[in-house]
Amino acid sequence: MPQEELSGYVGLAHELLSKVGARIGDRIRLELKRAGRQEVVEGLLMPRYRTETEENYVVVKLKTGYNVGVRIDSSSKITLLGKGQQPQFTRPPPPSQKPGLPKVSIVSTGGTIASKVDYRTGAVKPALDAEDLYSVVPELADLADIEANVLFSLFSENIGPQLWPKIAEFVADQARKGADGVVIAHGTDTLGYTAAALSFALTDLPIPVVLVGSQRSSDRPSSDAASNLLAATAVAGQAPFAEVVVAMHDWISDEKVAVHRGTKVRKCHTSRRDAFRSVNQKPIAHYDLIHHTLNLNTTHYRERRKGATLTVKSQFDPNVALIKFYPGISVGIVDWATATGFKGIVLEGTGLGHVGEALFSSLERAVNDGVVVGMCSQCIWGRVHMNVYSTGRDLLRIGVLPLGDMLSETALVKMMWAFGQEKNPENVKKIMTTNLANELSDRREVEAHIE
Amino acid sequence: MNDTETTKPKLTVGLEIHRQLDTDHKLFCGCPTEFAESEPESSFLRRLRPTQSELGQIDQAAMFEFHRGRSILYESDHKTSCLVEMDEEPPAKLNHEAVEACLTAALLMGAKPVDEIHVMRKVVIDGSNTTGFQRTAVIALDGALKVDAKTIPITQISLEEDAARKASQSQTAAGYRIDRLGVPLIEVTTGPVLESPGEVEKVAYAIGSVLRATRKVKRGLGSIRQDLNVSIPEGALIEIKGVQELEILGKAVELEVNRQQTLLAIRKELSSRNLKPNQIERKYVNLSKLFLNSEARVIKAAMARGGVALGVKLPKFKSLLGRELGPGLRFGTELSNRASFWAGVGGIFHSDELPAYGISETEVTAVNDQLGLAVEDAFVIVADDNAKAKDALDAVVDRANEALVGVPEETRTAMPDGTTRYMRPRPGAARMYPETDVPETPTPEEYIATLRAHLPETPDKLAKRLMDQFSLNQKLAKQVVDSDYLSLFEQVVAKGTVPPTFAATFLTETCKSLERERVAVHIVPDAKIEAMFQLMAKGAFAKEAMPDLLKWQVSNPNLDPSEGIQNLGLQMLSETELERVIDRHIEKNKKLVETKGQAAFPSIMGSIMSEVRGRTDPKLVTETLKKRLASAA
Repeated sequence: MPQEELSGYVGLAHELLSKVGARIGDRIRLELKRAGRQEVVEGLLMPRYRTETEENYVVVKLKTGYNVGVRIDSSSKITLLGKGQQPQFTRPPPPSQKPGLPKVSIVSTGGTIASKVDYRTGAVKPALDAEDLYSVVPELADLADIEANVLFSLFSENIGPQLWPKIAEFVADQARKGADGVVIAHGTDTLGYTAAALSFALTDLPIPVVLVGSQRSSDRPSSDAASNLLAATAVAGQAPFAEVVVAMHDWISDEKVAVHRGTKVRKCHTSRRDAFRSVNQKPIAHYDLIHHTLNLNTTHYRERRKGATLTVKSQFDPNVALIKFYPGISVGIVDWATATGFKGIVLEGTGLGHVGEALFSSLERAVNDGVVVGMCSQCIWGRVHMNVYSTGRDLLRIGVLPLGDMLSETALVKMMWAFGQEKNPENVKKIMTTNLANELSDRREVEAHIE
Repeated sequence: MNDTETTKPKLTVGLEIHRQLDTDHKLFCGCPTEFAESEPESSFLRRLRPTQSELGQIDQAAMFEFHRGRSILYESDHKTSCLVEMDEEPPAKLNHEAVEACLTAALLMGAKPVDEIHVMRKVVIDGSNTTGFQRTAVIALDGALKVDAKTIPITQISLEEDAARKASQSQTAAGYRIDRLGVPLIEVTTGPVLESPGEVEKVAYAIGSVLRATRKVKRGLGSIRQDLNVSIPEGALIEIKGVQELEILGKAVELEVNRQQTLLAIRKELSSRNLKPNQIERKYVNLSKLFLNSEARVIKAAMARGGVALGVKLPKFKSLLGRELGPGLRFGTELSNRASFWAGVGGIFHSDELPAYGISETEVTAVNDQLGLAVEDAFVIVADDNAKAKDALDAVVDRANEALVGVPEETRTAMPDGTTRYMRPRPGAARMYPETDVPETPTPEEYIATLRAHLPETPDKLAKRLMDQFSLNQKLAKQVVDSDYLSLFEQVVAKGTVPPTFAATFLTETCKSLERERVAVHIVPDAKIEAMFQLMAKGAFAKEAMPDLLKWQVSNPNLDPSEGIQNLGLQMLSETELERVIDRHIEKNKKLVETKGQAAFPSIMGSIMSEVRGRTDPKLVTETLKKRLASAA
């Protein structure tokens, strides 16, 4: 993190800077010998973001505000001219709270849904509590009475089955304490997995739980963080449904936020604002950012029942593998998973749910060892159908379980959850083929495809 | 220091020259650096949110814009922009070709390249950048240029991405076309040492020549933009943005000096009228009733939409609102521009310009009465919805109060005629933070040494070489160096078939005068112009027809010039064709030839030439006609 004392500096630069006691933000002078001439550079010491390429650079901010990297060697001299001043973030007065607004609990798991920039060092500081959030996104005060919490601060690739129970328990707590809805800010990379996990862990949810993230970091003026957060807060406070959903931009325009079901959503683009798509069904709702209205796309949902009792089934067993079939796949992969003690395997097969016949004997051994093997499609859209071609029929005979139109990521999470609840593979198979949280649907409408 | 310098008020001007680089692709993506020729194919809406920062660092104007709820409509097409310009994909690495062009220019100006280039984000939330910031990096520092024996410090050379182009604008959304966004721009900044309009122009020319010497700059209107920082004693530092033509730089400086001096004169007048700061009050009177039966179209329209007419008294301002600050610019215009910036109102009416615009003498008198005006007082009226009208009058009162200070610091935008209009308040300290998506670019010593060893010729050396190599006179050689057509000139004369003096004259003087006639010569690709020269050298048409052919080429930039020759009927006559024409004219003037013999030459020559001018060599006509007359006699 850039706020650290000599963030990013190693080697000679670190040595010279620490010798004079320089800290990030301090005013320093660098005296350099260049081709026999003496050169002098003065400015504020800035953090270094990348150290892998070159160690012998010191970054300074010139008085014009520009940063430049200055090359140093053992003959360079660094002088500390003055200590840096800590930036003062003064909160504007909080907006007046309107009476009668729903209570929404906003919890952060990482990334920054809202942040402030220290233009002095470039450091980005997250807005951590409700007051901070109101000051950065004042419109929140029109939508809800907010309570803000930080659960953890992690990149989402570090959030998995070990932390899903904590999030689920937190949500349950908030619901029991009378929240009308919960918003969970989450890094986008594994946001879909966490959404699926909560969908299974909180099957009798009485209030909406909305996961939200941003594809453009919140320190930039064009960030989608604030608009996604506003939509998520509105959905948490107002939606008639009590389901786990994901609220992210519907398209690249700041006009509409799509509300996706937690079991049916997938990140389908590395960088676009509309990276998240509902797969095999339309988003459950859209939030109109211009007119501030929530428009439902379906009448089929579990209804909000504030105050109803909530049981949390938050155990997950991580011993489930997701294996993507590809031409030339080594049979050793399946054998290894079986030998290692994985309890379940979700296969991402080709097309309607196929793998090459070279894998058959390995799969047979796995099934015979009691490993639950499920089949999803790497096509992403559509359902598996294993009765159409002989390969599919052979796989069924082996004991591979077709998982309908479930997303492979959702199937993985569901199987981890199923093994968290059940030891018996036969019961796990039953759970896998029973629709619990809209993860399996019996019909797919024509509009439910990539636009 | 001599006497005149100390007695004359000292004008100081700093210059910032921005020029688009003609690189293969944009600064941070693979899009071409050419502009859209087609209509936009799609559009998207965005809102830019001012980022929370330290106290006092929030841009007031930006915050204001945001709270007004304005969105920005971006228009795009698939050829000129990709996800990067839409802020839907992180930027790619800094374009090396652009960096090298900047380093080259920097070394030509004796500047020191930075050891490692860091791209910064400069927050700009008017919508001109989809990200809400402009990516910019210092490439070199501390150079100098000698202009007329004076050393002009070049404080900084930087590389930045060009902004989006302003397109449509509506009540709810500002419009931008993103084709231009991301085109590399080199920015050259001088120290604030320029002391006269003439010097400003000379320095701008000198910098322009150095930039062209890199052979990497774009040409034509819009490829170059100049910003000026002008201040006079007791005045204020005024930032003038976007002067497009070099030729009006001096005029813009002169007009700004005049504007500041007039504002200082107004201040003097106000204090002699004994106006005190607290006398101008934010006290607005609803005047709607007075205009119920008015002929004033603007006021009637506003009231029909449910709006009001509000008025404010500006004590002691009589005749000062109409005071001219420059051509077409009165003190009232400054009030009006402020009102439109802060409140988005179309315009205001002030007492110095009334009765007019359908507002009658009687109505003016009624307003005077209602506002309780004394002889020296003035008033301003605005008609719009109540909240907007109030915002507008707040802006008017604030600006009127600033008249007591003299010249308010502000950023102004340059008009094509060199006058300026209020653009926005001067931004506070630069809100810049690192663009962490783009890795730092080191400039190793060996690389800089190689660049230094292979620098292109300086403009002076270049002019000298053109004189030696192509026997151009000094004036013409300098013109070529100063023009945008240096590379093209060299290509054209490389084969030795085109006379260099003709090529030089055509590419500098003729092209320039065509541009002045609004012929967009700059849109014609170099290859087409070169082909025209080669066709002419081959005798496909006469050199006198070059301007006509070029005009045709401007309307048909993608067609081959040989088609233009056909189309315009410029083909050269063959000798037989010419003989046939001459015979026809002799036949027509048979009697004249019979009576006058050789003496009939001038009149027949005249009528032949009017038919074949541009399609044959006049010498050939003379020779052939003389021969024919001799044999006819």
